[in-house]
Amino acid sequence: MDLRRSMLFIPGNNPGMLQNGGVFGADSVILDLEDAVAPMEKDAARFLIAHALQTVDYGTSEKVVRINPLDTFAAEDIKAIVPCCPDAILVPKVESAADIHQVVSMIAAVEKPGQTPVKIIALLETPCGIAEAYSIAKADKRVVALSLGAEDYTAGLGAMRTREGNEIFTARTLVINAAAAAGIQSIDTPYTDANDEEGLLADTKLAKSLGFKGKLSINPRQIDTIHNVFNPSMSDIDWAEQVIHAIRKAEAEGSGVASLNGKMVDLPIVNRAERILHLARLLGLIEEVK
Amino acid sequence: MKNAIGREIPENIPGIGKVKPFAGAFATKPDMNRQAPSVKGVRPTDNKLVDNLVDVFKKIPVTDGMTLSFHHHFRNGDGVVNMVLATAAQLGLKNLKVALSSVFPVHAPMIEHVKNGVVTALDTNYMSGPVAQAVSRGLFEKPVVLRTHGGRGRAIESGQLKIDVAFIAAPAADEYGNLNGVQGPAACGSLGYAFPDAQYADHVVAVTDFLGEYPLSPISIPQTRVDYVVKVDCVGDPKGIVSGTTRITKDPVGLKIAETAAKVIQATGLLKDGFAFQTGAGGASLATASIVRKMMEKDNIVGSFALGGITGYMVDMLEKGLFKKLMDVQGFDLEAIRSIAENPNHLEVGADFYASPFNAGCAVNKLDVVILGATEMDTDFNVNVVTGSDGVIMGGSGGHADAAAGAKVTIVVANLLRGRLPIIVDKVLTATTPGETIDILVTERGVAVNPRRVDLRERLVAAGLPVKDISELKQLAEKIAGTPKNLKTGENIVAVVEYRDGTIIDVVRQVEA
Repeated sequence: MDLRRSMLFIPGNNPGMLQNGGVFGADSVILDLEDAVAPMEKDAARFLIAHALQTVDYGTSEKVVRINPLDTFAAEDIKAIVPCCPDAILVPKVESAADIHQVVSMIAAVEKPGQTPVKIIALLETPCGIAEAYSIAKADKRVVALSLGAEDYTAGLGAMRTREGNEIFTARTLVINAAAAAGIQSIDTPYTDANDEEGLLADTKLAKSLGFKGKLSINPRQIDTIHNVFNPSMSDIDWAEQVIHAIRKAEAEGSGVASLNGKMVDLPIVNRAERILHLARLLGLIEEVK
Repeated sequence: MKNAIGREIPENIPGIGKVKPFAGAFATKPDMNRQAPSVKGVRPTDNKLVDNLVDVFKKIPVTDGMTLSFHHHFRNGDGVVNMVLATAAQLGLKNLKVALSSVFPVHAPMIEHVKNGVVTALDTNYMSGPVAQAVSRGLFEKPVVLRTHGGRGRAIESGQLKIDVAFIAAPAADEYGNLNGVQGPAACGSLGYAFPDAQYADHVVAVTDFLGEYPLSPISIPQTRVDYVVKVDCVGDPKGIVSGTTRITKDPVGLKIAETAAKVIQATGLLKDGFAFQTGAGGASLATASIVRKMMEKDNIVGSFALGGITGYMVDMLEKGLFKKLMDVQGFDLEAIRSIAENPNHLEVGADFYASPFNAGCAVNKLDVVILGATEMDTDFNVNVVTGSDGVIMGGSGGHADAAAGAKVTIVVANLLRGRLPIIVDKVLTATTPGETIDILVTERGVAVNPRRVDLRERLVAAGLPVKDISELKQLAEKIAGTPKNLKTGENIVAVVEYRDGTIIDVVRQVEA
């Protein structure tokens, strides 16, 4: 399981930020060729990002590049970036499985022999993209996550973005459901007011409670808050350990049915407990399952 | 000869004389008495008010070769130094020594006075701007003496820096010489750096643009030490008095460093009731303070005092009950000025009280933690805050070496890469603060602990902080930015860097003109 609690955007035309992108501890850094870069600077940013991918140490952060949409500079971006071995490409404004197929064939055309296959994260930010979420999620095995881009999406709806985010509730749940059905991750839209720490906390808690596995981030200051929310709490870990203990005990006693505090422990509960413990181990919160 | 940190220093330096080499932060003990300024009598009918500076020069009288002292609370808004030196030039004086606690760009006219022989020596704790650049290119025949704030206090008390006339830029004065810094159009807050000058100079002149009714109150410097009062139109520009650096940084890397530094402070175990803290007015230092503040609020911690240059941020912490006292040697903004005027828990302290190593105990000795900056640091933890990467003087110790020596834990916060240059080098160009007094370096890519502090290293590792060896951090920086070539300087010594105890820790050599 790849850890994508936080995915931090880094402007692709800023050498200083590209150089320092790995110091903030984000699970993924997204080196951005799209919104952060003016059209006149796209080629320079492409060069900078290609160079950064080969020379900058991003530590444990996954290296993701956000390319431009398919109807603009995506082909040039993929040609320049994929041979430099990013871990994944974030494709904006994906609207259909066909879009994914097109990206896959462009990637495959320029991947070097023996290169670790470049993954795809689909950014759904149009009403069409949300409507097609499941087919996009299932379009190719390279697709490892769906993410939501709420700013463009709400513009497409003709809705106003609000602090509470009621206007994106449907989109959020559709993205989460589609990703879960396809067995991949769902990543929430960024919280765009970098100075509103309370708002970020509430929004991230909401995203986690709905089922998102992580959140896009536009500012390094947001990372700790996002991690704190997506990290399993000690009570989560205690509960998960009790579930696993109960199921093992039941198995040892030859019983197919386990219970915990009077409630039946079934497969979904075991799966959830295993996911919590796996995450806790990845984060070093526990050393091994007791 | 080499001093205790391996810096090559001549045994005799022309214009300085026989050099006493740095022997260790606490190795040199005082062996002198305090100096005593001459005793004076003033009759009830005597008048201290003088019409202008020319008359003051004549009354004292100021003569060739004297040492004139000034303080720097007006920073880049100072008008008094230029005014006094212009008077000296007008009267044809020569060969004066200027003892100015810090030199700023506004003091550029001093260059002409040096070229014309009016000024031939400079004694300061910090300098930036045109004078610093000219000094680096060989402006003075004699090396400039760069001291620390505490070291200047010590030098004045001991008579090593003998002041003939102290010119005290006073935001407010009465006609009998009581002074304060909290009233008048050019209020600057504390007058702490002028305290030793007022106490030990042979003659003390107050220069003010605001004459209050006798007796002025509060009194920072009393009438008993002031000989003359001169009213001028303007002592300085209030815009230049307020430092421009007193905002919390928004730079993500700076914030990352600040966050790590705050976690380091927490991990030391010193962040508890009674915590005593000093931090600078720079953006990263204030960001650290803001995170420390949140930690204090969360755990209901009440600190004992904050020290040094005071900002509105520290004032707010005092007023919110997060610190019981502020000890203020220099105010950095309008809030600091307001607070010191009205809050009895905001104390005005002199440079000697603040940081002189040779008295019965200075305030830095009571610090738990100090946060400092660095231009360069070497793998022995020696710090340079005097010269930039081009070898030109761009700062000075100020209170750096003083606070580093006094505090229980000294933390240097710095970007591992400054632009395209690694901050960690094999040997700093100019040693200012000895490595034995620096405990921890916090960068965006890891934390290095001085090997002398095994105890701290263990605590930081246990707290999960990214502790690395300093050589490892150096390699990391060089991997990104390459290894900078050593700068070549000339042989001519343009400044000596005096440690707070009066020994010479390093020299600054001339850069190409």
